[in-house]
Amino acid sequence: MSNRTMGRRKVSNALFGLLALLAIFSSLLALTGLLIDVVVRGAGSVDVQFLSSAPSRIPAKAGIFPALIGTLWVTILVAIITFPIGVAAAIYLEEYAGRGRWARLMKLNISNLAGVPSIVYGIFGLALFVRLLGLGRTVFAAALTLSLLILPVVIISSMEALRAVPPSQREAAYALGATRWQMIRRALLPSAAPGILTGIVLAVGRAVGETAPLILIGAVTFVTFVPTNPFEDKYTVLPIQIYNWASRPQAAFQEISAAAILVLLVLMFMLNLAAIILRARLSRSIQW
Amino acid sequence: MSGLPAVLRPGSAANTRRGERLIEFFLRAAAAIGVVTTVGIVTVLVVEASFFFLEVSPVDFFTGTRWSASILPYAFGVIPLITSTLMIALIALVIAVPLGVLAAIWMSEFASQRVRAIVKPVLELLAGIPTIVYGFFAITVITPLLKATILPELGTFSALSAGIVVGILVLPLVASLTEDALRSVPRSLREGSYALGATRFETVRRVLLPAALSGIAAAVILAMSRAVGETMAVVLAAGTNPQFTLDPTKSVQTMTAFIVQISLGDTPTESIQFKALFAVGATLFAMTFTLNLISAWIVRRYRNVYE
Repeated sequence: MSNRTMGRRKVSNALFGLLALLAIFSSLLALTGLLIDVVVRGAGSVDVQFLSSAPSRIPAKAGIFPALIGTLWVTILVAIITFPIGVAAAIYLEEYAGRGRWARLMKLNISNLAGVPSIVYGIFGLALFVRLLGLGRTVFAAALTLSLLILPVVIISSMEALRAVPPSQREAAYALGATRWQMIRRALLPSAAPGILTGIVLAVGRAVGETAPLILIGAVTFVTFVPTNPFEDKYTVLPIQIYNWASRPQAAFQEISAAAILVLLVLMFMLNLAAIILRARLSRSIQW
Repeated sequence: MSGLPAVLRPGSAANTRRGERLIEFFLRAAAAIGVVTTVGIVTVLVVEASFFFLEVSPVDFFTGTRWSASILPYAFGVIPLITSTLMIALIALVIAVPLGVLAAIWMSEFASQRVRAIVKPVLELLAGIPTIVYGFFAITVITPLLKATILPELGTFSALSAGIVVGILVLPLVASLTEDALRSVPRSLREGSYALGATRFETVRRVLLPAALSGIAAAVILAMSRAVGETMAVVLAAGTNPQFTLDPTKSVQTMTAFIVQISLGDTPTESIQFKALFAVGATLFAMTFTLNLISAWIVRRYRNVYE
């Protein structure tokens, strides 16, 4: 092989490496640019007054208190709803369903549901919960809709956590005479708990940031009071409040929109952190 | 006696068996919610859309090139909504695919273990940022930046900045799935290529990319599905002006943006506009569902070719 072709090959190799480095660099730059933009614009507006006031037509007086409470309501309800259903469904699919055609179809269906756009869940929630079941435009209807939205994610991550438990754990429990459910409750679930809980917390984090489905099921954009009854009161949530302010042309509203985004991101970050700590705590007690 | 596990207590075997069956029933019911949800979504969309099609003929809906739901005379030709949705998705892919694939190649073939251990979680963390934040980024940074540099005539809303921001939004998805596909290529293929004297670039181009092609194709189609169904970023960046145009500097309305516009207003639920929401929703669902099925099919059909 001549030196010229060798040289050219080395050059194209080096150029390619550079190109790939450039790609990862610009990807991270674009994504961190997003965060920097929000912090620079919003950090100045986050204070006690902002956190504790109701929205207002005057940007300087506006706050996010009702939206914050609405988001907390929705978060707690979604967690309560998805936890038992998601874990139960995962246990069934992983431990009972087997490998037959029906089981394959159910699993395929779960992964398909995970790919349905969130706004379609909003349409479904509007038709089923708000209108057919007559729950109205309440926190409860919103929580049910968002629960359906994140259930596939919860089920998939819980199934992965269950699958990661070594078969020896199951066999040991059976060898001691445990029934299937005793094996699941005493052996499988404690071992899989860190993975299951992490998955749920992350999925709930996703629900916290969802906007589109809640627009459909009637989160109101201008709520000046704090919802106390999740089954009756009108409500709003942080992402809706952000959308409302961001879609206005005035710069002052854009600033408080950025401030609300900052609060939302901190909330989500705290959920992520909780997941990490929870996982570390729980897995310390497990030794295989 | 009562200190023993239930299974060892005399006379409890029948109870235990009944309990086991009851528990299995509850678990199965929970798992069935997935199927019920799918059936429910399809039923709601089909039934509600059929009320719309009683008033507007499906032929006019699927072939019409004028959409005007709020200004008389009303027109419900869905093509402008579909073309603007696809235009934005295409712009997004033009950005996300080359950048995402190259970023994935860097992570799987060039980066050291330690660097990858930092970069990949960061990328995944950024993928979890709510899409409304991306929309905010589009109107506060991308559009002004485009105006200040290459397109001084650009309006407040444009398909271009929507496409760019959706591209950034799906980038982590493309990068993450492509990296998985590259890493699932057996090590022996890489080593064989290097043993023949190939450079890293040649190994990537002639061995790894062909081997991982099905995984990358599946990732691209999944990203397209995400882009088509994306709502908040697009509503904020592209606006709500339904136009039949392929000019990316114009303000357009996507399918999702129409759905949001109708839900935000005081549209009466009996009106034709509100029924149109379900017809557009059904079209959107059919499109993303088809894309997801194709992606899953590619993965299944071409998996494990090298084992």
